[in-house]
Amino acid sequence: MQCQRCKEQTATIHLTEINNGQRQETHLCEECAEREGLAIKSQIPLNELLTTLLASQSSPKTEPVAKVAAEDEKSCSSCGMTMKEFHKGRLLGCANDYEELGESLDPIIEKNQGGNTIHKGKVPANAPEDSKKQIEILNLRRQLEDAIENEDYENAAQIRDRIEHLQ
Amino acid sequence: MKLENISKQISKWFDGSGPHSDIVISSRIRLARNIAGYEFLPRLKPDRQAEILEKLKTAILSVNLGEEVFFIDVAESSTLEQDLMVERHLISHRHARGQGPRGAVIAGVESFTAMINEEDHLRLQVFKNGLQLTECLQEINKIDDEIEKQVEYAFSPKYGYLTACPTNLGTGIRVSVMLHLPALKMTGQIEKFFNATGDTDLTVRGLFGEGTEAIGDFYQLSNQITLGVSEAQIVEEFNNDIVPKIIDYETLAREELLSSQKAVLDDKIQRAMGVLKSARLISSQEALFLLSNVRLGVNLGRITDIDISTVNELFMLTQPAHLQMNNQKILDPKQRDIVRAEIIRKRLSTK
Repeated sequence: MQCQRCKEQTATIHLTEINNGQRQETHLCEECAEREGLAIKSQIPLNELLTTLLASQSSPKTEPVAKVAAEDEKSCSSCGMTMKEFHKGRLLGCANDYEELGESLDPIIEKNQGGNTIHKGKVPANAPEDSKKQIEILNLRRQLEDAIENEDYENAAQIRDRIEHLQ
Repeated sequence: MKLENISKQISKWFDGSGPHSDIVISSRIRLARNIAGYEFLPRLKPDRQAEILEKLKTAILSVNLGEEVFFIDVAESSTLEQDLMVERHLISHRHARGQGPRGAVIAGVESFTAMINEEDHLRLQVFKNGLQLTECLQEINKIDDEIEKQVEYAFSPKYGYLTACPTNLGTGIRVSVMLHLPALKMTGQIEKFFNATGDTDLTVRGLFGEGTEAIGDFYQLSNQITLGVSEAQIVEEFNNDIVPKIIDYETLAREELLSSQKAVLDDKIQRAMGVLKSARLISSQEALFLLSNVRLGVNLGRITDIDISTVNELFMLTQPAHLQMNNQKILDPKQRDIVRAEIIRKRLSTK
């Protein structure tokens, strides 16, 4: 087959593109392909090929798997709940899971709660004083972010003062 | 107060009155709570579970809950009694068939129920007829405050009220309205509409029967997000935005039916009446379907010799566990179909 560009050399690179369901075939010689930016080194040294292959198999593939497995096995020191067990039963074992498995739980919480990760709303009257304050500060911080986003700087300054006062 | 006594009457939230009750049957708010220092249910040992039951029972019974307050040991109840409570929305199916020590406090002519040791240590619920979510929230908050004075809830500043399932985390609130939307269904607009609510973090379920299918044009609409939005915000969105919109849609569809398809509408309603008044065997599914049409007929003034509370009563009392409790014997499905048809026939022809 002749190269479609130079119409001289033999086409050795065959490209099939599918654009919007339309199939398009291009046949080029090595030289023209290089000019088109499709250059592919025709001969990759064997040692380079092997290193690439080995690298692609060992590190990027096995590491995340090992990491996920380790996260699944991590257990709560209070009740022994693991993420693996949680995935099965969809229920947690104790309040401490939120602390100790928090890192693995947060993405799940975020997904189920429309992207939210921080409580807003009722706080028990007998909740420890500092935790109530913490929530208030957290809420104010979010309000501050909103105010800045809306370029409401007067309100933002007031919120900032309230945060400083609480801290 | 005994279960046999309540099985002959309709729940207060289902009496057919209340704001917008032609479309909004009832409002419900539920709060999920757990006690600090105790494992959640999946990890709770039976003796600790019994401790929680005692602790919460004592705490809840000390609160002023209005009239007719009673405690039911769900673990010790018969299957029939458990099913009866499920049919009356007093407890969940999960609670009925759960494990270990568990119970329910029922009060205010079934307008308040507390499930102890369901998925969480405590699930408080307040029901009201019609659209009364703000009132539900006020009432349940007051009760929650009183209980909280006696027990310490599991709470974190970051995550709020801690629940066994992260889908309830934060406020632990589930706001629901039960809706009757026969005209939207008849005019073929319901799918379109509920597809739209699917994007707004709301879940839609049927009112009667198992599963997600809405039988008899009843739908239950609930919030899904419990974290990062306050209780008042969720209620406000339902009260001022979502539910009024649905009411408008349904009202419009009803007016449309009345003005342009009166014969079709009347035919449906009168056929339903005809079957209900004369059938000798009727399944619960068929009864729900036909009663739904009758309910629409009464609400639109096309049927004038029955009132809405009679129709609601039939919805409730013709459910399987109700039929058996009120007949004081176990009935197989075929026998239930006979008894059901009999009750409906009698009730509709005496008027």
